[in-house]
Amino acid sequence: MPQPPTRGAPAAHTAPATRLTYDYVTRTIAGTLGNPGRGYYALLGSAVTLLAIGIVCLLYLLRYGLGLAGYSMPTYWAVFITCFVFWVGIAHSGTLISAILFLFRSGWRTAVYRVAEVMTVFAVMTAGLFPLIHIGRQWYFYWLIPYPNERGLWPNFKSPLIWDEFAIGTYFTVSTVFLIMGLIPDIAAVRDVATGWRKKLYAITALGWRGTNEQWRHYRPAYLYIAALATPLVLSVHSVVSWDFAMAQVPAWHETIFAPYFVAGAIYSGCAMVITLLVPMRKFFRLEEIVTVHHFENLAKLILLTGMIVCYAYVVEYFVAWYSGPTPERAAFWYRAFGPFWWAGWTMNVCNAFLPWLLWSKKVRTNITALFVISIFVNVGMWMERFVIIAIHLAGEPFEPWVKHGYNPTWADWGIMAGSFGWFFMWFLLFVKNFPAVSVAEVKEELPPPGGRARHT
Amino acid sequence: MKLANPLTAIFHPPPTAGVLAVFGRLDATVEAIGRLRAAGHTEFTVYSPLARHELERALAQPTSPVRMWTLIGGIAGCAIGTWISLYMSYDWPVQVGGKTIGSIPPYVVIMFEMTVLFGALTTILGILLNILLAARHQGTIAYDPRFTNDKFGVFVAARPERAGTVEALLKACAAEEVRRA
Repeated sequence: MPQPPTRGAPAAHTAPATRLTYDYVTRTIAGTLGNPGRGYYALLGSAVTLLAIGIVCLLYLLRYGLGLAGYSMPTYWAVFITCFVFWVGIAHSGTLISAILFLFRSGWRTAVYRVAEVMTVFAVMTAGLFPLIHIGRQWYFYWLIPYPNERGLWPNFKSPLIWDEFAIGTYFTVSTVFLIMGLIPDIAAVRDVATGWRKKLYAITALGWRGTNEQWRHYRPAYLYIAALATPLVLSVHSVVSWDFAMAQVPAWHETIFAPYFVAGAIYSGCAMVITLLVPMRKFFRLEEIVTVHHFENLAKLILLTGMIVCYAYVVEYFVAWYSGPTPERAAFWYRAFGPFWWAGWTMNVCNAFLPWLLWSKKVRTNITALFVISIFVNVGMWMERFVIIAIHLAGEPFEPWVKHGYNPTWADWGIMAGSFGWFFMWFLLFVKNFPAVSVAEVKEELPPPGGRARHT
Repeated sequence: MKLANPLTAIFHPPPTAGVLAVFGRLDATVEAIGRLRAAGHTEFTVYSPLARHELERALAQPTSPVRMWTLIGGIAGCAIGTWISLYMSYDWPVQVGGKTIGSIPPYVVIMFEMTVLFGALTTILGILLNILLAARHQGTIAYDPRFTNDKFGVFVAARPERAGTVEALLKACAAEEVRRA
């Protein structure tokens, strides 16, 4: 394995006050690929256990049908669709950090964007499972795909559900391609310091990258173009997800604010998940010098910004329900706050609308423990938000007088949800141990080059 | 008789003779590029662990043609999105509430997603093909594993009888190591 990192002499430059050298960056990041210790294996073991619980529940569901998951009139979209929206939302901050902040030339993104991108790819992979679980007869999944079948029947392109399929499919493909593209120079860097079987693995996966001027000449602009394509894609995907609801006429769904509200919420939860993942990773892999408090503070600022938008959206939802005056809309929001699921409604309000106000304080933003705790509450809150919007508003449709007892999620719901967390964390943990989870080439861009900045000729 | 392996022919082109210099400093690398260009060299390769504008400016290479791949892929994707949504609507027309069968506003979503999908995928194809062609042109040239870590490198293709002058030029630019390859 690579030799332990050596720290360079202090750089004599005015720009970023750092003791890092190119060599230190390469060796520290290559060092994350070794043996990460017991904590890592304990986490991986828990993830696999959760996944096993999810698989067992899913097998029961396949045998006995969706009634096992508490599906009953009128709640036919419930925990599975909640999990779908939650995981798609988690995926959003990845492309925000890797593509949008790349276009804005934010230097700090270099240290955290790989984690965010990996999170994106695995979160979309997790999200994609839920529509399949939700359709009940998983063996007919290919009916979703527009292909010429024997009945000459095509999907309905006016339905937001088919838009969603195109949006999620494109998002998964483009974010995977973007992740792999960013990885190639970094895999080449770890290939050149690795030994044994890893060297062979990286030699194949680096696709012959050597950092020649011809390679960089095509790579850099192409990276920019894909970032430019991915930027509107991020905003479109969660808008389309929100239209799955907003295009319907259920009270509290049929709102024009849904697209920006969902996009802000997605980035809010995604940035929180990046913090949740980065805090233990930084500790296990000793990345304290590369991922600093400054990076956490900037992530916290993104959470603060999007949290304020979410808070505004909540206020506007209640206000418009009252101000516009339709009885079903007013009743739906009364149900959200004071109905039998008041606890879910208030968890969502407290975690998403009140908690981010703490981040106005610089003391909180620079306290990593506080950020870690807040990030977990944000994720609980954002899951609850989707649960409230999807399941609770269906259960509480006030114009259906036969609805008496509403809806209750069952053990199958919770088991499969836990399984999705296991699935996501298993892939994430396997990735960070085997591929560079921090960009080697891009972190170096933020350092003063050896020999100083050359005069531009 | 030995048969040619087409994969070897593509991915392992024949070796090119020349001189390889290892630089520890960015400014020295930029200076070496300037002097090589002034001396009329065009067949040289610069290695760097990261993309730096100084190197791009010193090399003054033409703009990468990958952007045309992105543009053409994006336009093709948009056209395919338009075609599938309109064709599939008219192939099995379902009239709902007197609304248009081929309605453009909801199909914009499909067109947009297909634009992004095809644009991104053709960009990747564009990079792969352009880099592969450049590598074929260079031949198999000398490399040092430090070039992805903290060293910059310059490889100058030169026949053995001309290698001496190239070596002298690179040494004059404060190269840490110069060797024939």
